[in-house]
Amino acid sequence: MTGTINLAAAEVQQASGVANAAWLLLVLPAFGAVVLLLGGRRTDKWGHLLGIATVVAAFVYGLILFFSTTSLDAAARTRDLHLFDWIPVNSLNVEFGLRLDPLSLTFVLLITGVGSLIHIYSVGYMSDDRDRRRFFAYLNLFVAAMLLLVLGNGFVTLYFGWEGVGLASYLLIGWYQGKDFAATAAKKAFLMNRVGDVGLALAIFLMFKNMGSTQYDVVFAQIGHQSTGVIVSIGILLLLGACGKSGQFPLQAWLPDAMAGPTPVSALIHAATMVTAGVYLIARSSPLYSLAQAADARLVVMIIGAITLVLGCVIGCAYDDFKKVLAYSTVSQIGYMIVAVGLGPAGYALGILHLLTHGFFKAGLFLGAGSVMHGMNDEGDIRRLGGLAKKMPITFVTWTLGYLALIGFPFLSGYFSKDAIIEAALAEGGTRGWVFGGIALLGAGLTAFYMTRLLILVFLGKPRWENLKSADGRAYHPHESGPTMTVPMIILAIGSVAAGGILSGMLPEWLEPAVGKLQEEHGPLSATVVSILTVVISAIGAGIAFALFGRGEQPVARPERVSFPVRAARADLYGNHLNEALFARPGVWLTRFLVFVDNRGVDGLVNGIAAGLGGSSGRLRRLQTGFVRSYALSMLGGSILVIAALLMVRFA
Amino acid sequence: MSVMTSVLVLAQAQPAQPAKIEAPPIGAIWPILIVLGAACLSVLFEALLPRHLRWPAQVALALLTLAAAAVKLVTYVSDAPAAGETAMFGTLAVDRPTLFLWGTLLALTLGAVLLIADRSVEPGGAFVASAAIRPGTVQDRAQVASTGMQTEVFPLTLFALGGMMTFCAANDLLTMFVALEVLSLPLYLMCGLARRRRLLSQESAVKYFLLGAFASAFFLYGVALLYGYAGSVRLSDIAASAAGSDRSDTLLFAGMGLLVVGLLFKASVGPFHTWTPDVYQGAPTPVTAFMAACTKVAAFGGILRVLQVAFGSTQWEWRGVLWGVAIVSMLIGAVLGLTQTDVKRMIAYSSVAHAGFLLIGAIALTDKGLSGTLFYLLTYGFTTLAAFGVISLVRDSSGEATHLSQWAGLAKRSPLVAGVFTFLLLALAGIPLTSGFVGKFVVFQAAVASGMAPLVVIALIASAVAAFFYLRVIVLMYFSEPAADGPSVTVPGAFTTAAITLGVIVTLLLGVAPAFALDWAGSGVFAIH
Repeated sequence: MTGTINLAAAEVQQASGVANAAWLLLVLPAFGAVVLLLGGRRTDKWGHLLGIATVVAAFVYGLILFFSTTSLDAAARTRDLHLFDWIPVNSLNVEFGLRLDPLSLTFVLLITGVGSLIHIYSVGYMSDDRDRRRFFAYLNLFVAAMLLLVLGNGFVTLYFGWEGVGLASYLLIGWYQGKDFAATAAKKAFLMNRVGDVGLALAIFLMFKNMGSTQYDVVFAQIGHQSTGVIVSIGILLLLGACGKSGQFPLQAWLPDAMAGPTPVSALIHAATMVTAGVYLIARSSPLYSLAQAADARLVVMIIGAITLVLGCVIGCAYDDFKKVLAYSTVSQIGYMIVAVGLGPAGYALGILHLLTHGFFKAGLFLGAGSVMHGMNDEGDIRRLGGLAKKMPITFVTWTLGYLALIGFPFLSGYFSKDAIIEAALAEGGTRGWVFGGIALLGAGLTAFYMTRLLILVFLGKPRWENLKSADGRAYHPHESGPTMTVPMIILAIGSVAAGGILSGMLPEWLEPAVGKLQEEHGPLSATVVSILTVVISAIGAGIAFALFGRGEQPVARPERVSFPVRAARADLYGNHLNEALFARPGVWLTRFLVFVDNRGVDGLVNGIAAGLGGSSGRLRRLQTGFVRSYALSMLGGSILVIAALLMVRFA
Repeated sequence: MSVMTSVLVLAQAQPAQPAKIEAPPIGAIWPILIVLGAACLSVLFEALLPRHLRWPAQVALALLTLAAAAVKLVTYVSDAPAAGETAMFGTLAVDRPTLFLWGTLLALTLGAVLLIADRSVEPGGAFVASAAIRPGTVQDRAQVASTGMQTEVFPLTLFALGGMMTFCAANDLLTMFVALEVLSLPLYLMCGLARRRRLLSQESAVKYFLLGAFASAFFLYGVALLYGYAGSVRLSDIAASAAGSDRSDTLLFAGMGLLVVGLLFKASVGPFHTWTPDVYQGAPTPVTAFMAACTKVAAFGGILRVLQVAFGSTQWEWRGVLWGVAIVSMLIGAVLGLTQTDVKRMIAYSSVAHAGFLLIGAIALTDKGLSGTLFYLLTYGFTTLAAFGVISLVRDSSGEATHLSQWAGLAKRSPLVAGVFTFLLLALAGIPLTSGFVGKFVVFQAAVASGMAPLVVIALIASAVAAFFYLRVIVLMYFSEPAADGPSVTVPGAFTTAAITLGVIVTLLLGVAPAFALDWAGSGVFAIH
């Protein structure tokens, strides 16, 4: 495997033809962001149109680039576009260039495609917001940064984009500035991402130290010659970065809180694109993770993925907030992807496949949620919804298709991508295969359970909202959303249905130049058995949900007397408590201690010295009597001292 | 010139044989000759011209003199021998450091003359002839009306400048002593000429004179002992004797100690600084500016030459002692500056601290130390000149308002003056982008390179302490409410504006692009003949 990868790395070609203009991908959305931010209120009228235009243009260019690439030989599909020397400092030479290969182009299409749909959707969703223009500016900023992240041809450009999306994410989570919870959520996301970023930064430092470069081609060509310790360290540090951005255990807590932002943001950034950056990072570093020496790092990746997968499912079962359930669903689905890329050559393509299908159906699910909340006075508590299928037929149908895709209903998108991951995990062989395969299967059942619960509580059952008023005292008047919102939902629903079937055949081969050939292993169970097993387990999960929530009246108030597992899940499985106890509280103590040291110790020292100097100054001042006789005496004294000292030094 | 001649005769070890004396080549010393000649001419102006013509004539003469001397200097520099040469029978050494110091002195004196010549800030000038007349009275106004301005100060300035230039170039100790007196005597007089606060001014003049005479006595006694040791007053002869002889080292070191004390007094290095605050405060501010800038340059020029040329070979014996002196000077300047309440006194203590920093460069005894110290002198001179220029602008009904409390909230009344003064204070504190930073940097760098790292650490601590009292003034100007009856800032005339602008521009220029001046300062070393 190593041989192929190095071969691929060595065959990076210089971009030519259409690809020469690939910088447009970055410049277009960045231009939109700059115009909208600097233009201020003058651009209010047409700002959102400019925002859409730039992203759609980028999407169109991405499509052209994509088709021009598919016409090339497989070996010629990995190309570099050198733009300029960014940081030339002695031995550190960071180039600003683009890596155009199947992996990055796949992401370009996902980002600009889903990005375009969500831009269009936002026109309707944000129509009541006075600052809609600024919102589009931030969305454009995000798209530009995300494209830089996936297109950069070195880890430093990736890091630049990485921080750029972090900034855009921070700005958009805290969009509703007046609300405390939004500000807190933005801060939390930013801080937890920093933890991951430190890992990524350290990994980059290690690369520079050991390999003298941070460019992909150099790093991947030389990584095989490094010691196992270095490889595993870099692998785990990169994983830490991925955990931060992708909301993986133990840095998952910020993602559900990030739902405080507007729903299009949740769909675009916190479900479809940015949170998959971790998966991209690991897939991009496939030459590293594929090495035999990196087996330990791969195992850690899989463990993290598996823990997150289960954790997301379990918490998703207990939440009553529409978007937060979807957020935990995202956490758990990214867990699947991480497990897949942790499998190594047997899983990179599958992880990316699931990432793409998930991008479609999760974005669709979020947009559906947004549509529901838009029609229901921003009500997100599913216990206060119910029976909305008749009021919002388009939303209901598109959402249900996304739901079916997610739980892996046969021959919809999720069926192809998730089943493949489960199968590959089982094929790992031995205990490891059974453990990870079993967890993935269990996750499928849990997913079906909480998603069905969501479907029933929101769209089916009795309309519990009829006798209620929203928090601001208005009655609920659910209605279907306008076409700017429904059209993107319909398109995404089509994608949810069809993407899996279409992509599963083509994608592995297409990605081969970037992540290597997909190795198909055959585990203890045949593919058909695994498929049937998965569907059966999902059906059981859905059936239990129907049994529990489909019959009878659901209480509007949240039941308080519940069993321990539910209480634990409602408390995020104590993730926040853990963070609080392990990091936040010792941090606060440390801060208090340092403040004390600063106040008493440092300030005391400084003030003491100042007082000492001032006091001695005041005392010495008295020597300056104003009398010439005393001045002359002091001169004489000084002279005697100088001469005595000179003679003493000479004759001592 | 008769004085000079007699000294020259004395300076010869053997009786001169009249028949063999040829007219010495004077190409190298034209700047000195021009300045001293103009000083004599200036005396004649004072005696012969009608009163109303004196001010314009004196100002024109002074400016022309400086210009002519500068032109002569520049033309000489272009084809001067790189190793330097001696003039006037070996009594003057005209080498690269001398030329640099002369250039510095001429430029600084230009600024000082501009400050002195100003009549708009204080109507009738800052000087008075008849001290018995009270300021502001009918007689005082009549005196102003009749004369325009007292102009004795111009010939005195030129004489002092001539003395300073000779002092820097003196190649033997007797020439140096005469130059010391030529530069000091006019300064004593100039200190007592203030129109405002006359008693303070006269007191300072007397103090300066008494202590100066005392210091001169030390200097002369030192010269005598060194002559006893080496049989010559020529610096190079002393160096030769010290390098290899079995004569009494007591004579050498006692003589050196006394000589150095006399020099340190002029440079206001602690603990021989006691005159500085009183004189800086009492003297008319333009004179203080002249004294603070130019005397420091001349005195350190002499110290550098004496230490490097005459005593370079015995440095291991005396260097430690001067370490101690430098430390004492820096600490006295920095610590005592903390509690000063008068701006001029504060700058005086700052000059004591700066003298300590300069001494560090002077005892580095390397080429780097020499060029660093020369550069430091250039930067310090211009900064302090401009600072006193600004001080002369802040006035109330009784003259300059030098008490710090009167400076409170100055930035609200005249942001420009406060801004300029802030910049100059930052330069004195050695903040980057000002010349003060570069000056300190090169001096400290040279000191570390010659193994004086502990001294540099102490110097940095002293700098930090001193920064406090500079910043205190800035805080006072910007963050305090102005007093209701506080002073106003006089709009300066063209002369003072030009002087302050000159100082500020040089301070900024040497802070941002110091390379050319550093190159010039490092272009050569002392000639040893």
